Amino acid sequence: MELIITSYCKIKRNTIYLEGNKIISSNSENPSYFFAEAYKTLELNYPKFHKMDMLSKLGFLATETLLSIPKAFGTEFLLRNNLNQISIILSNHSSSLDTDRIYQKSISNKDQYLPSPATFVYTLPNIVIGEIAIKHKITGENAFFVSEKFDAELLVNYTQELFKEANTNAAICGWVDYDDANYEAFIYLVEKATDSIKNANFKALNQTLLNQLFL
Amino acid sequence: MDALIEKLKGQIIEQLNLVEVKPADIKPDAPLFGEGLGLDSIDALELIVLLEKHYGIKIQNPADGKKIFESVRTMAEFIKSNGKD
Repeated sequence: MELIITSYCKIKRNTIYLEGNKIISSNSENPSYFFAEAYKTLELNYPKFHKMDMLSKLGFLATETLLSIPKAFGTEFLLRNNLNQISIILSNHSSSLDTDRIYQKSISNKDQYLPSPATFVYTLPNIVIGEIAIKHKITGENAFFVSEKFDAELLVNYTQELFKEANTNAAICGWVDYDDANYEAFIYLVEKATDSIKNANFKALNQTLLNQLFL
Repeated sequence: MDALIEKLKGQIIEQLNLVEVKPADIKPDAPLFGEGLGLDSIDALELIVLLEKHYGIKIQNPADGKKIFESVRTMAEFIKSNGKD
């Protein structure tokens, strides 16, 4: 069974790239402003976005870029695959540390002890997977790995196992890292290389390719 | 009461991060949950925090929440009845 990457998106340094092409860029150095600008430009119309923590906003924007840009191959991804057979496998370095700190600060003042439930729910890194899954009603397998650096071997092996062992026919995979206004996202779509979607431009999923695309 | 309702609208928008909602969009008698603003269970907890933070009111019986948070008006009435407006 050959697995191929049918589309990929990167977000870093105030810029969103779709398959290597710059599609949104901002002069704003503030990630909050940049994410809000991108949300507007992509015309996402999903008010819950504003309630998400920065890690979830980042992963959500990268995924929405893949799935919603008109004429991009990814826009048909959800139609080509059964929602209960789409897995989401993400990873990062900082876990949910950025939000953990915000929450920790909110509970450190014992005289004004009013912790925010809306912040607390984001003190786990895999919540970003939930946000993506909820938006698109995806109900397949999911996993979130925390590692020192981008681990192409882990992602490739785990994805291949899911396609072999679990009820997986497609996957949204990658790296979503956010901490203290430093961020980077690399999300890619994996599908089986069937005749209907096979195309000379699609490349086989392997560690070398992933490391090249991540750079 | 009207002044309290208007104040509450602003506080709800801020507390719940309703970035795309304006005070005028919130009708005093419209349901806060389900239809209307479409709030969820986490928002309900945030509204409890709002009452404590801005009005010093703690809801003693969680079962009362459904009635208190029915609309902005019921919230305002609850605050008034606790003498905290």
